[in-house]
Amino acid sequence: MILVTVGTQLPFDRLIKAVDSFAEELTKPVLAQIGKGTYTPQNMKWIKNIEPADFDRVFRDATVIVSHAGIGTVLTAKRFGKPIILVPRKASLGEHRNDHQLATVSQLVGRPGIYVAQSDDELKDYLLQDLDSPSHEDASDAGRASLVSYLKGYLATG
Amino acid sequence: MAEKKLKVLAASSGGGHWEQLMAMRGAFEGCDIVFATTIPGLLAKYGIKDGLVLPDCSRDSITMSIRCFFSAFSIVIRHKPDVVISTGAAPGLFCLLAGKLTGKRTIWIDSVANVEKLSLSGKLAGHIATLWLTQWQHLSRPDGPHYAGAVL
Repeated sequence: MILVTVGTQLPFDRLIKAVDSFAEELTKPVLAQIGKGTYTPQNMKWIKNIEPADFDRVFRDATVIVSHAGIGTVLTAKRFGKPIILVPRKASLGEHRNDHQLATVSQLVGRPGIYVAQSDDELKDYLLQDLDSPSHEDASDAGRASLVSYLKGYLATG
Repeated sequence: MAEKKLKVLAASSGGGHWEQLMAMRGAFEGCDIVFATTIPGLLAKYGIKDGLVLPDCSRDSITMSIRCFFSAFSIVIRHKPDVVISTGAAPGLFCLLAGKLTGKRTIWIDSVANVEKLSLSGKLAGHIATLWLTQWQHLSRPDGPHYAGAVL
């Protein structure tokens, strides 16, 4: 199953419309979490928000995640070991306050299991491929361990 | 008698800020930890009992911000943490401010989403935090924010 998610805070109809436009050509079923969007998908299953109780199951069932470039979803995809395709929100299209999602993807592109789609065609191409999952051990684990041990040390200095 | 555990209040808004806080949970091992966030379901999602709920707020609403600040302040007074830590955004900053005003140690870790510059909350946190961190090496400065690693 392909899971499309736009987060809960802002609508992202451009992404939902794009996937809906080619959902029938994909080999896997699609579930879209549309959040505050107003566009109603015609060719795929959709829900407004994933309830916390259903969250783990939905993520586990997904083989790939398509998402806005929100850090929460990137971390969640990594936690569940799922490849993630990111479509950054653009301020010029009224999709966010600023272009920080474009800046975020510029730093994430090329990381294991993370794919950045800059156009609908790129997005569709990725969805027709078998994408590699993030590896269990990668550079980001070292960065996290470093941060955690630094914080631990700071807390211990009382 | 066993030594008193360090009491830590870890607060963030929902979404990415919360996932980042959860990603660094290991740092609180051995502490008496109280989590606070703006979306109640997130506490259950991570199996956290006795977590606290903060009203959400942003720079767009002054009324909500005032409500959020008083709620943050009452949490700090009631729970008496030794350290207040936040990954953002505004609700976490208010917890830090309440911590600062009551003489606690305060830690700010700016969101990894802020790649080009600190968030507004992150910049303000520089005046409040006893430990002020960014998750990007290129945003660190000798006087802070400092870089010590990143969740991503």
